[in-house]
Amino acid sequence: MSIQDILLQQLANGLILGSFYALVALGYTMVYGIIKLLNFAHGDLYMLGSFVGFIILSFLSDYIGSGWAGILCTMVLSMIVVGFLGVLIQRIAYVPMLSAPRLSILITALAVSMVLYNTVMAFTDGQYLAFKTDLGFEGVELGNVFVTYTQLTLVGASISLMVVLQLFVHKTLYGKAMRAIAIDQDACRLMGINVNKIIALTFFIGTSLAAAAGIMAGTYYGSIHFFMGFVIGLKAFTAAVIGGIGSIPGAMLGGLLLGLLESFGTQIPFIGTEWKDVFSFGILILLLVFKPTGILGKTEIERM
Amino acid sequence: MSNTILEIDNLETHYGKIHALRGISFTVREGQIVALLGANGAGKSTTLRAISGLIRSTSGAIRYMGDDITRTPAHDIVKKGLIHVPEGRKIFKGMTITENLELGSFTLEDDAERKRRMDHVFEIFPILYERRTRDSAFLSGGEQQMLAMGRSMMTNPKLLLLDEPSMGLAPFLVQQIMKIVLRLNKEGVTILLVEQNAKVALKLADHGYVLETGEIVIRGDAKTLQQDESIVKAYLGE
Repeated sequence: MSIQDILLQQLANGLILGSFYALVALGYTMVYGIIKLLNFAHGDLYMLGSFVGFIILSFLSDYIGSGWAGILCTMVLSMIVVGFLGVLIQRIAYVPMLSAPRLSILITALAVSMVLYNTVMAFTDGQYLAFKTDLGFEGVELGNVFVTYTQLTLVGASISLMVVLQLFVHKTLYGKAMRAIAIDQDACRLMGINVNKIIALTFFIGTSLAAAAGIMAGTYYGSIHFFMGFVIGLKAFTAAVIGGIGSIPGAMLGGLLLGLLESFGTQIPFIGTEWKDVFSFGILILLLVFKPTGILGKTEIERM
Repeated sequence: MSNTILEIDNLETHYGKIHALRGISFTVREGQIVALLGANGAGKSTTLRAISGLIRSTSGAIRYMGDDITRTPAHDIVKKGLIHVPEGRKIFKGMTITENLELGSFTLEDDAERKRRMDHVFEIFPILYERRTRDSAFLSGGEQQMLAMGRSMMTNPKLLLLDEPSMGLAPFLVQQIMKIVLRLNKEGVTILLVEQNAKVALKLADHGYVLETGEIVIRGDAKTLQQDESIVKAYLGE
């Protein structure tokens, strides 16, 4: 393989990895933006997404198979189911803690995370489950690099989800209300906005994006596991910080950037794949030192 | 005499252990401009925050157009046409002027009506029209106040609670804002105006109430208050 082929291969890998990171980072950043909570359970909702998808797909595959139609229906249904689970978690665990000190709600989020992955572990005996799909192995050749249609579709689907989200947040009144809540909740109340409803909506959207990423990951890697949310939770958090936490385009950019950096990072001489996590978290540390607000993070503008 | 639009009956609020309002009662009649005066920390803003539902009062009642709204959530009170323009303007910095105004009409579903109201706001505040696509964070203090008032007008208010609209503004801007308050009043909006600048407020108002440490100590029609030597000395800072 020539150097160009290697770079092209890593570009493809990086984009796929990056789009998973970006989808999960979006939920992190949206929730942080409105209630200043680092939802540590967010990675587990990604994991839950893949398991709910697994269950739904095993029902659906008897009727419509586990090809493109099956995966698409599974994805839509799981996004809805897990989205509501996210809202339920918010209602039960986070709403009562909103007026408590910041640390309490953070610890609650850690507890939610443990409850989620331990529950799934209990049901699966800690085993890997095979996420069986029937998507075929056709693809296109770009030079010596082979990219499957599945891979292309995954990247395309994540980008479409991000575009839809961006349109929602900027073009609809509910989307604008979500941004406004991040700025000033009291002012939103005085505009007749039901703040709790918009917060629930934010959880719904953030969680369903994580669920979508979970199913994509199941499809891509072919197996799922109760602890799969842990590392991606940390990575998505890193991505959100790189982009500037609280910023939606920042999370997308941060996710893709982190994915690309990781896959290109493994090509640096003497740094193998086993170093890829060190590479990502090293970037996080450097960023926190030199630009703590992230790439698109804003410093507050105050003017009288 | 016109109908009572707002009736505050023996209202008390607490911030933790601080007894912020100690049982105040007053009424606002439809079509009036009523001034709520007093020094810093007298409880003026707290009164407005209790009326609009941002804080819960501990006892007493708030009646608006005959309905008891003491326990109604803030976002439902807005739907009744009672709008609070808070202290410090609280515009959505980081969003454009148009977006701020659109959020003002959040409860409205009719897009044509939204457009009509926005045109009305732009007619009253031409400067906002000129800067409509700009980030509201870059507006001057006076423009921010105009945006805050314009945003409240998007809800088509019947009763407007204005908290220190003159704060931090140069005298000619204060005059301009007060002219707009008068214009809104002429268009049929009842106004409850909180001011530290008593002189300016009493010039517009029909009625005035003076608050001191959470109690109403003086009440009367604005002309009488303006002429009362002791009030002028104690509250007008002269």
